Amino acid sequence: MNVVIKPRLPIAVRAMVGATLAVVFLYVVPFVIPNYLVSQFATVLVFAIAIVGINLVTGFGGAITLGHAAFVALGSYTTAILVVRYGWNPYATIPVSAALSWVAGWCLGFPALRLQGLYLALGTLVLSITVPPVLKRFEGFTGGVQGLNVGNPEAPAFLPVDDSQWIYFVSLAVAAVLYVIARRILSGPLRRALVAARDNQLVGAVMGVDRATLTTATFAMSSLYAGVAGSLYAMIVGFVSPDTFNVMMSLSLFVGAVVGGITSLNGAIVGAMFIQFVPVWASDIDVSLGGLVFGCALILTLVAIPAGIGGLSERLFIRLCARLGWVEGASAKRSAAAVVGSAQNEPA
Amino acid sequence: MTLFASQIVDGLADGAIYASLALALVFSYRSTGIVNFAQGEMAMLSAYLVWQLMAWGLPLIPAVLVSIVVSFIAGALLYASIVKPLSHASLLTVVSVLIGLYLALNSLAGFIWTYTIKPLPSLFPKAHLQFGSFSVSAETAGIIVVVGLVLLLLYLLFETTKVGLAMRGAASTPDSAVLVGVSVPVMLLIGWGIAAALGALSGILVAPRVFLNPTMMFGVIIYAFAAATLGGFDSIVGAVVGGLLVGVVENLVGTYVPWIGPDLKIIVALVLIFGTLLIKPDGLFGRKKVVRL
Repeated sequence: MNVVIKPRLPIAVRAMVGATLAVVFLYVVPFVIPNYLVSQFATVLVFAIAIVGINLVTGFGGAITLGHAAFVALGSYTTAILVVRYGWNPYATIPVSAALSWVAGWCLGFPALRLQGLYLALGTLVLSITVPPVLKRFEGFTGGVQGLNVGNPEAPAFLPVDDSQWIYFVSLAVAAVLYVIARRILSGPLRRALVAARDNQLVGAVMGVDRATLTTATFAMSSLYAGVAGSLYAMIVGFVSPDTFNVMMSLSLFVGAVVGGITSLNGAIVGAMFIQFVPVWASDIDVSLGGLVFGCALILTLVAIPAGIGGLSERLFIRLCARLGWVEGASAKRSAAAVVGSAQNEPA
Repeated sequence: MTLFASQIVDGLADGAIYASLALALVFSYRSTGIVNFAQGEMAMLSAYLVWQLMAWGLPLIPAVLVSIVVSFIAGALLYASIVKPLSHASLLTVVSVLIGLYLALNSLAGFIWTYTIKPLPSLFPKAHLQFGSFSVSAETAGIIVVVGLVLLLLYLLFETTKVGLAMRGAASTPDSAVLVGVSVPVMLLIGWGIAAALGALSGILVAPRVFLNPTMMFGVIIYAFAAATLGGFDSIVGAVVGGLLVGVVENLVGTYVPWIGPDLKIIVALVLIFGTLLIKPDGLFGRKKVVRL
């Protein structure tokens, strides 16, 4: 039997972890490392947002999607078109992207219900392949092959940061909010309902889990994440073009989700760093090495650590907490002993 | 009218190529219940192999035959080394491994042969066949004939030989097949081998039209997916009919619907796939899956 151990850190340790994270994200990344890396880290955050979306729909919803770049494209182009053609404030386009991609996800989630397993993977893959030609076709609106020049939003004058640091902080804020929302979604009854519907539909249905609504809603939510990621991506790069959102982007996000851990929200940042930096390093050696490393990493992760890097470290962390006695409820040991005792008292 | 007729014939030739790749997908799906996302990339490698053999001095026809045989062996090896150990793995694992394979094979081709395009000579002469006022290029006719012959061979294999019967048995009811002495793993091995060989054929037929490059199968595999979905993923007849239908529809839409035109033809595949899955998920010829609770 699996005993659920909930780690509960002493306040001092928690404060230290929090402080370290704050120093890393708020000081080291934006101010210490070389400036050209800052906007790359902003991209990492954006990828992490999209990967959290994949975690939701694939990891917990059990629906394999290979076409997340389609929603990233939707978000990016919403921002680009509103900014370039209608002169909107770029930040104001984020909610619009979120709403649009949520609706699009809801619409796609409906067929997704009927397309189980492989068919959904196939359908989303094909969707993703179709996106660049469609974007190129509606030239008057999307700018065609040339794309659209969004421009990078400028940092407010009263803050002592430059443009790339500013967009990094914006991405960080959005990512943090979305991360907390995902955590809330995935704690408590909704998580159990999702997992029940994923692992055994029949049992889930008997327990009163409405799989249809749940899957569609998860799909919509995950598209929303991708759409917001797309909006931010357009602002970071300052430019959108159809071939950015090709099938490679979809597959990269998928690779990131698996390598980071498909059910690990914390792993999303690891996966995002993997897909942002590994191709850059690899292409210094050979152009084609990136794909080779991706492919091998995907296969090796599944063979060696199916839970992904994030999942593995979460497990180790829980084990460490258990070893140190930092678990929820001081009486955990006693109640465990009581359970064993009562089991022994039962007649065989 | 001649434009219409020639569009139909061109569509049939494209469709024959899609059909052979769709058949490859169907063979691996029937034997193991897996859609091989890497099938197109395997076909691309087979086409590159022909180019490499010719660069080493082999004439075209022997190079093609060697490549098809090597592809058969590679497909069987792929089954034995990667697919078979996954037979009890979760769907996510299977899909991830095949996507990993897809990425790795695609880059491997770029790594070995670089991303510059290479010409691959056509199997057929650059002539035109004249039927009254209607002319067909030898390549178009040749593709249709070659794929037709291969289909005939497959039909004979499945309907008249013991191996064919055993393969059908292993695909439809593996448990009963074992009881009558069929070695199911060997049959699945052959199934994956045939799939890879059919894929190789499609790659070799398509390469002269689009030039050899690591992404050349993108535009083919998507229509092959559409063809296999339309025909039903577990139906051999369905893959052929689906392939031909997709080829003809794609050409007609590209020519006669100005709003779509040649650039957006790819949307035909998307619409066909989603349409089929929504309206008739088992495809035109697929068997309905019945689940016992």
